[in-house]
Parts: sequence; C-alpha cells; structure tokens
Amino acid sequence: MSLQKLGLVELHKKFKAGEVTATEIVRSYFLRISQVEPKVKAFATQAKEAALVQAEGLDRKLKTWRKTNPLTGMPLAIKDNICTEGVLTTCSSRMLQNFVPPYDATVIAKLRAQEYILLGKTNLDEFAMGSSTENSAFGPSRNPWNLHCVPGGSSGGSAAAVAAEECVAALGSDTGGSIRQPAAFCGVVGLKPTYGRVSRYGLVAFASSLDQIGPITRDVADAAFLLQAIAGHDPMDSTSVDRSVPDYMKALQKRDLKALKIGVPVEFFTEGLDPDVEQAVRVAIGELKNLGAEIREIHLPSTGAAVAVYYVIATAEASSNLARFDGVKFGFRAKETKDLLELYMKTRQEGFGPEVKRRIMLGTYVLSAGYYDAYYGKAQAVRALVCQDFATAFKEVDLIVTPVTPTPAFRLGEKSEDPLQMYLSDIFTISANLAGLPAIALPCGFSKTGLPIGLQLIGRAFEEETMLRAARAYEQATQWHLKKPNIR
Amino acid sequence: MIFETVIGVEVHAQLRTNSKMFCGCGTTFGLSANSQTCPVCLGLPGSLPVINRTAVDMAIRAGLALNCTIATNNRFARKNYFYPDLPKGYQISQYESPICQHGWIEIRGGSGTKQIRIRRAHLEEDAGKNIHETGTSGSHVDLNRAGTPLLEIVTEPDMCSADEVVAYLRALREILMYLEVCDGNMEEGSFRCEPNLSLRPSRQKEFGTKVELKNINSFKYVKDAVEYEIKRQTKVLNEGGTIRQETRLWNIERGETAVMRSKEEAHDYRYFPDPDLVPLKLDDEWIEGFRADLPELPTVRTKRFMSDYGLPEYDATILTASKGMADYFEVCVKQFNQPKTVSNWVMGELTRELNNSRTDISASPVTSERLVSLLQMVDKGTISLKVAREIFPDLYRSGKTPEQIVQERGLTQVSDEGALAKLIEEVLNKNPAQVAQFKEGKQQVLGFLVGQVMKASGGKANPGKANDLLKKKLSI
Repeated sequence: MSLQKLGLVELHKKFKAGEVTATEIVRSYFLRISQVEPKVKAFATQAKEAALVQAEGLDRKLKTWRKTNPLTGMPLAIKDNICTEGVLTTCSSRMLQNFVPPYDATVIAKLRAQEYILLGKTNLDEFAMGSSTENSAFGPSRNPWNLHCVPGGSSGGSAAAVAAEECVAALGSDTGGSIRQPAAFCGVVGLKPTYGRVSRYGLVAFASSLDQIGPITRDVADAAFLLQAIAGHDPMDSTSVDRSVPDYMKALQKRDLKALKIGVPVEFFTEGLDPDVEQAVRVAIGELKNLGAEIREIHLPSTGAAVAVYYVIATAEASSNLARFDGVKFGFRAKETKDLLELYMKTRQEGFGPEVKRRIMLGTYVLSAGYYDAYYGKAQAVRALVCQDFATAFKEVDLIVTPVTPTPAFRLGEKSEDPLQMYLSDIFTISANLAGLPAIALPCGFSKTGLPIGLQLIGRAFEEETMLRAARAYEQATQWHLKKPNIR
Repeated sequence: MIFETVIGVEVHAQLRTNSKMFCGCGTTFGLSANSQTCPVCLGLPGSLPVINRTAVDMAIRAGLALNCTIATNNRFARKNYFYPDLPKGYQISQYESPICQHGWIEIRGGSGTKQIRIRRAHLEEDAGKNIHETGTSGSHVDLNRAGTPLLEIVTEPDMCSADEVVAYLRALREILMYLEVCDGNMEEGSFRCEPNLSLRPSRQKEFGTKVELKNINSFKYVKDAVEYEIKRQTKVLNEGGTIRQETRLWNIERGETAVMRSKEEAHDYRYFPDPDLVPLKLDDEWIEGFRADLPELPTVRTKRFMSDYGLPEYDATILTASKGMADYFEVCVKQFNQPKTVSNWVMGELTRELNNSRTDISASPVTSERLVSLLQMVDKGTISLKVAREIFPDLYRSGKTPEQIVQERGLTQVSDEGALAKLIEEVLNKNPAQVAQFKEGKQQVLGFLVGQVMKASGGKANPGKANDLLKKKLSI
C-alpha cells in the first residue's frame, strides 16, 4: 500500500513506530503531486526543496533520539491566506503575488513547534471570497472527482489536495462555508471550529467576526487529530477564547449515539435543494437514528435571511480589512502614478480581481453615512436573531443535521457570471458562521453523476467533541470516506 | 456688529505607556525610522490588535480627574480613511461609547473661575509620520509612532476667548501631568490641541459656522492663532461675507491661518465596531479603586496651599502648576515651617536656575534637603540672607552642600558680640559726624552706621545683632 493512501492518524502511527522516514513520506507525496497536480492545480506554491531539507534533518535527528510529536514529519498543505514566515502567502491575489510574510500565523507556529512538514500553499478564491476557486488570480483548481467541476471554495485548493491525496491533510479557513462547502464537493471532511477556538492571528482577514481556521482531512479522526494541534487560546488574538482544549481523540471513542438528540431544521429542506442531495441526507439522518440518536424536527426561522445578513456583514468588514492593500507598504504597487490618489486607485484597480472589488464596494456602501442603519445596523440585529434561533434549538437538541450545499459540485464557469447564484451555494453553511458555532462537513453519498454529497453537523459553541463523536460514529457505520476519486 | 466667540477644543494627549496601544512595541520618541515596529503596528496582513491594559487604566484615571463618567462597557471602532501614515487604512478609535463622558474642569480667568465641560474623552491609536524630502527621492513613511496610545479629549463649546482657551489647555495639561499619564510635551506632539471656533451675533442662540484650527504646538501659538481667527472671521462677517466650514492650519512664519481642507472634502469615516476586539468591560470596583487612588489635583492643591500655608493666590498657583514643584515645596515646608520663605526661594532662585539649565525640578541638583539647610542657616543667623542669595548659583552648580560652601569660603556670619563690638567701635570712631547727628535725634543715621558695620565685616556681620548693639552703644 502506497504511503499516500494512509490518513493522518495512521501515517503518524507508522512514522512514530519508525516504519517510515520523513524523507520517504515527502518523496512519496511529491511524486504524487507531480502526477496529479497538473490536472488538479490545488497548489499556489510548492515547497519541495524546503520540505526535503526539513525531512532529512528530522530523520537525522530522530536516528539518535526518537521522540515525536503528533505532527512530526506529517506532510500538510496550507491555504494560501495563512501567513507562513519566509514562504509566499498570496491569498491568490495579484495584490500579494510577491508577499513573503516576516512572521508565522499562530496556527503555523503551533504546527512548526510540532515539526510538521509544509508541502505547499493551496489555491483559493482571491482573499477567500468565492465558492469555487474560480476567483483565484492564478487560475482555478479542479475537482478530483470530475476535472470539469469546481472543487468548491474558497478553500478549494486544500480540499482538492486532500481528495487527490496530494497531502495527508490541510488547513483551510471558513467565513461562510469556505471549509465545509469544498470539503463536501471533494468528498472529504471539513471542520469549522467554534469562533474563538482557533487563533486567527496570521490569517489574512476577510471578515473578522466570521473567519475561522480549521482542518480539511480524509476522515473525522484526522480532523479531530489536526484540530487538537491548532486549537487553544492565543494572547495575540483577542477574539480567541481562553478555555481549555478537550481531548478530541478521546471523544471519538464512544461509538453509539444513544441519548443524543439531533435536530433537523425544516427550513433547510426546501426549494432549490437538489433531489440527490436531499435523498442522501435523508438516508444519512436515518443512519444517525439507527445509531441510537433521537431525531427531532426543529425550526430555525431566520434561516431565510442568513445569506443577506452575511453579505452585508462580511462585505462591510472586508471593505475595511482590505484597506491596507494600498500599494504603500507591501504587496503590489501600480507603476507610473502621478500622485497619491492615483497610486491608491491604480494599485487597487490593477491589484484586486472583480469579485473582491464587488465586495469592497458593497461593504463600503453598507457602512456609508445615511445607509449604515438600514444595512449594517439591520444586519447586526438580524444576526442576533439567527443566534437566538440556534440558542432556542440547542435547548431541545444536542446537534443539528443539514445538507452542506444545495447541489453537488457545479461545472467550471457554470455560476461565475452570476454572483447571486454563487452566493446561494453557501446558503446552508453561513448560519453557523453568523452564530459562531462549530460545524463539520463529511461525505454521505454520491449524486447520480458520481459527485460526492456532504452532510453537515452543527454543534453547540465549544462542543466540538459531541459533533466529532457523532460524525465519527456515522463515518464508521457508512464508510463513505473510503471512496476515492480516480483522477483522469 | 458685535460678535460673540464660541470655542471648543479637541486635545490629543499621548499616554505615557511603555508599549503601544495594540502591540508590544515601545513608544520612545525620536528613534531611527521604523525601528519601533512589528507586524501589528505595520498593519501587515493577518496581524491583530490586543488592547493595552495600562492605556485603559490611564484613560480611566484621566477621566476621573476630569470629573467624567467612566463607561463600563467599551467598544473600539474603526475609523476608515486612506493615508500613507495610516498602515491599516483605518484607525482604531472609539466612537459610540467613549471611555469617559460628561466631565468638567475649572479654569481661572480674569473674572474668577469658570467650568469648562468635557463632552468626551476616548482612546485611540496614533498614526505614523510622512516625511517629505525636498528635491530628491520623494516621500517616506515612518511608522514608529503608529499605534501609540492617545486620549482624545473634547470639550463643549464653553470658551469665548483666546485667554480662556489657553487657561483651559494649561489646566488640562497640568492635570494630565499630575496624573503622570501624559508628559505634556507640546513640541514633540505629546499634547496636541485643535480649537474650533465660530462667531455669532451677540444674543443669537444658534451657533455660527465653525472652523477648526490645526498645527498649533505651543500656548503662544494657541493664543495667536485664536486671536487671528477671531479677527479674520469678524472682518469677513462685517464685510457681509460668510464663514466656510473648514479646517485651517496655523502658519507660524506668516502669523495667519490658511485653509487645509473644506467641508466638501471631509471624509465619511464609515465608523463601525472593530470586530477584532471584543467589548471591553470595566467593573465598578476597578474604577472606584482608581478614584480612591487619585492624587490631589492642581486646583484643589492651590486652594489648600492658600489655606494651609497662608500663601497668596499667586504663589499657590505657581507652586502647584507642576506636581514636582508642589511636592518639592511641601517636602521643604515639612522640615522648615516658614511657607512664604520657602515659596520665595522656590519661585525665585531655584526656578531661575532650573530654567537657565532647562532642568526639571525632579532632577534639581539643589535637593529639598539642601535648600532646607540653607534656609536654616539663614534662620539661625549662621549666614546672612544676602550671602545665602550670593552662594545659591554655586550651590546649584557645584554639587556641594551649603555647609561646605559656607565653610570653604569662610562666610559664617559674625554674631559674636565681642567681635561685633570691636567692629562697631571702629565704625563709630571713623564716623564722629554721624554719631553726633544720631545723638541730636536723627534716627535715620542708624541705617548708615549698620551699613558701615556690614561693610567692615565683609558682609558677614549679623545685621540684626549689629543693629541692636549699635543702638545700645549710642544710647549710652
């Protein structure tokens, strides 16, 4: 069995036992990358040389004293909006095409402390704005299950890399579904932690009150394993929460779901939901029941407003977060400008792609004098209602189950001319961001066209354990995660 | 037409924290460009702010001293605008819920005291500095100052003259310096003031159009700029013109204000709560702890100096203008209980030397102990007041104690009756005419004779004793 067939937990065991060297792992992965990357295009930057040097160093060190961390020698891919010291971090934007951060994001510092190996940085929709990676300034990634389809987005490169076995696991970021939607499209597991569970320091901000970094992995156990490594309070991020991190692997041990109440929100099963998706999710809910969970119908009445609320709040924050890209201090600067105003205007005209510009304009508008109350103020009020809906629901149930996306992966170009249609592909994932709740996407079947379908579980804040336990039990019972794409 | 002037003032006071408002970088003035920066204050992608607790504490103390209500629920907001010295493209400030609101301070003017209301004081971060080179390679940005904590203090439009504005600014600066939350250095920009000013016909209720004044870095320029602007606006209005809402810069060389930007160019700052910072809750116990620990403030101390030490208002005001001087005075008085004498020395000789050497009283080479021993030597008659005054510059510069100087120079006052009697004898013998005049009833001659005794002693004779002895001798 070739090395890249192993998941993170299994590879770690094998490496810890000394049955494989870091160099073998890295060589094996770069061989795989050289075979499939021309088709999948998951990476923005590959770090082959550095990875090999690091692997050789690790192997030398471990020869004399074999002490490993959970991630020692583990080959990971990192979404290209997470700062890696000394390694390009482009956000798939022309604006940052030459930007090499002088510092590590906190999650990267944590991985580095565990001696992980960075294989490369993965493609995304520019500044994480999009649902297909088609907004990348450097070209889209492809869905390993069907190269004519998008891998989803914005963490499409990470999801495609995991699905195509170009890395053992990856990190993505999720603002409105950017981990879960591509995970679902690519048939892998994607976890968005509770807002505040993982430090955002070093994640290039899209929408600060919604962004969260999380794992994209082959299975639920791997997600728990990687979450363990990145979770925890960070004094550099005021929005990270000072709460102890539970043992997520331990939470997976309980196999049945007895005494667990799972809610099915009727608002998520309405028009626009693809029949194959609905069918697969309904069957999955049945399976959860078979595992001992009590299934209850619930209501999340504000769901219909979530997309609108999201596109006001996220764009407002983005318009401000992206103001620093002005050509003065770092990144792209337009040439031959005659004065300061022209420097700003040309830099931003040439440096940003159309979707980013659209969102900056939208966000600037909703914060403008005279419009603030009608848009931003109102959106914040409705956001509070969305949170209230969940609070009410979670008095009754322990978890909520929904589809991840209304449809399976769509074809490249299919929605890129229609932003609204594109926005609606996040309709089921956005609420968890607005409410700051943890949510996981995991495979639950395939469409008639052979594309993966995802199941979403949403948990109470900081109760990732319950969510992981249910997801793991489902995964063990159904084995959907063992299906692999045949890349052609 | 007669116009009434209405003035409000905005002050940006740099808080004396060791580190910046939202990161761990230092706040030292004048370091080489961009040497005091990190990903956070450079606004690098992915960096995040963390609130400096000390800056918050300083704002609370300032707020309490300004009689403000302290907000228990604080939110920071982003003020969005583009400028090269603003690395994030927004400034983190406070908008809807400033940390301090509804306060007042008292100022003294020609017609007694007056309350100036404080509308609000809020925390924010400073911007960097743009440096424009003449001729060569254009403009540069130094971000050393970017992220330094500021307290912006805004008054109600309660002032009506340049003198009141200056009195307010002096009083505010004294308070902040008393609290040790601001060093008050106007030249280095630690205390920046922006008056805004409008005129209205007397007895009109509505305010006129307001003009904001910037680039004023001394009290003198405050007075000059405000007076200039009052004259300018009066002239415009009297000639039937209208005042435009604008920001004007004070031009020091030309002694006039000039337009910087008009209202039409004003920004829409698109304030909104900064999602990177969670709401800052301050509990009442914490705030009350600071209230209990507040030092005595200048106005209260002035009054106490008048009542406790019987000092004239003039002395009390000058002594309490800086905490260091007031503390120095009180330490001295504790050991030498003649407040007016101490006051004269501190305001006179000591202040003169401090000013000449540009030294703060806290670093005075004449410590309170040394001044006290000098005054005690005068009091005991060891040296004369004249000698004490003469040796003061030496005392200040030499680093010696007063005793050392007096001993080295042999300046000990002659109070010994035998020695004095001898001197008097000589003087009387040399001046028989004056002695005769005195005996005829010309009392004034005594002064002349005392002077001669002093002269004969090289200034060392105790004049009181000499006087007494002379009288005795002559009345025989």
